[in-house]
Amino acid sequence: MSNFSADKVLSKKATGIKPSGIRKFFDILEEMKDVISLTVGQPDFITPWHIRAAGIESLEQGKTYYTSNSGTLELRREISRYLSRRFNLEYAPQNEILVTVGGSEAIDVCMRALLNPGDEVIIPEPCFVCYEPLTTLAGGIPVSIATREEDDFKLTPDALRAAITEKTKLLILPFPNNPTGAVMTRKDLEAIAEVLRDTNVCVLSDEIYAELTYGEERHVSIAELPDMRERTIIASGFSKAYAMTGWRLGYIAAPAEFMATILKIHQFAIMCAPTTSQLAAIEAMANGDPDVAAMCAEYDRRRKYVLHRLRKMGLPCFEPHGAFYIYPRISDTGYTSEEFCEKLLYDYGVAVVPGSAFGASGEGFVRISYAYSVAHIEKAMDRMESMLADLKKQ
Amino acid sequence: MKNILELLESDSRLTHEQIAAMCNKEVGDIRKMIEDGERDGIILGYKTIIDWDKTDREYVSALIEIKIAPQKDRGFDHMAERIYNYPEVQSLYLMSGGFDLAVIIEGRTMKEVAYFVARKLATLDDVVSTATHFVLRKYKDKGVIYGPAVVDERGNCL
Repeated sequence: MSNFSADKVLSKKATGIKPSGIRKFFDILEEMKDVISLTVGQPDFITPWHIRAAGIESLEQGKTYYTSNSGTLELRREISRYLSRRFNLEYAPQNEILVTVGGSEAIDVCMRALLNPGDEVIIPEPCFVCYEPLTTLAGGIPVSIATREEDDFKLTPDALRAAITEKTKLLILPFPNNPTGAVMTRKDLEAIAEVLRDTNVCVLSDEIYAELTYGEERHVSIAELPDMRERTIIASGFSKAYAMTGWRLGYIAAPAEFMATILKIHQFAIMCAPTTSQLAAIEAMANGDPDVAAMCAEYDRRRKYVLHRLRKMGLPCFEPHGAFYIYPRISDTGYTSEEFCEKLLYDYGVAVVPGSAFGASGEGFVRISYAYSVAHIEKAMDRMESMLADLKKQ
Repeated sequence: MKNILELLESDSRLTHEQIAAMCNKEVGDIRKMIEDGERDGIILGYKTIIDWDKTDREYVSALIEIKIAPQKDRGFDHMAERIYNYPEVQSLYLMSGGFDLAVIIEGRTMKEVAYFVARKLATLDDVVSTATHFVLRKYKDKGVIYGPAVVDERGNCL
């Protein structure tokens, strides 16, 4: 009989990490049939054909080798041109751009490159679920700031100032935001930059949804503002803008002083991002602007329709200006987020994600993805509307 | 108006309410704009795309190239009218290049289509010649790919 026990050998730091609340909900969902789901956090579009064709062609030509650790120079050049034309950002392809395995790896390696034990990382919540565990794994201490509905879920300078301590190393700037759909305008960012100027705090700006904004002002990167480039690391990727989630491709743009260390971690842990994906991504960046615009226009129509339906059924709802999520407040129903989602799922066959999965401040809200066809959304909204009508009768 | 037409062209089942929400307009305004479009002949109809190969209905379609020798007093439009009024004619285009009119015909059998061409089209006064090409398989029509129903296989990742 062996005395071996896996429990005894696993890392305490790793086992101490809470499982994701969103994952738990997805597991329930997978067991159920005939559910109309509005939970998916990825585009319903297929990667545009010319991009797929570029990937296929690269395989036909036998391009199945590793690339350099940073990614192919041609792709880094395209990324550099893109950042310049879209966001007025200048990054040298040679030493300031790194191609990663999705935006997630980008976030992970940045945390590991920056954090010393005990460093505090400010995380505006609600937000994507990975920042807190990745901070912990890198030895940092997550410090959350709750963004509020009355502030349009933006990070305010006052809240930031109050959260900064001597130990603060990094501010995560997750805008356009998952799950709220909030964006930070140039004016909003200027106020944040003003707070940061007096500090030594770095910024990890997660701009994965940068292409998906709706309204007059398109996405602005904090790195564009005076004195901000030197302290900012941009994490972004191809998943959301080009409908390329499965290709697992992202990138980091950061000053060379950061990049040398980030690259070291990436090269030892990952080697390089998938070659096929990189070669397809060159085509995406060089010729994909019209595809992005068309997909964005379609999301915008759905966004307006869902917002209209939610407000009509009586749910207070902040108008999202980015990403493909909408974030109605359900607290008036008397249910918690989780209870609301469970009732909607079990009694009405519609799946949405409890806001509480995105941090404590998400309680009282639910996240609805509109990365679905209008007909699909309509069916789900009809069912949700009948749930709310039934609740009113009680 | 262009925006509304594009929406309807991509999905004619969109309701007035949906279009209104998507275009930031009142439902009444959308109703009126669509009615105006119908009245002015801008919106000509609403159809469904059906893959008949997945049913047991017999059907065949063909593309017919027609060369015409138009007479002095009547141009292509006159010939086109003589042709498009047949219910068998699904589409009719005036073309540049090696022939003049492209006709798409649908019938139940190849024989039926062949008879139609021989008896109704080839015999028209100004028709010089016809060439019939039967469609063996439809891969894509009106921007829609003919294939298996799309299944949402996206994983629920974080």
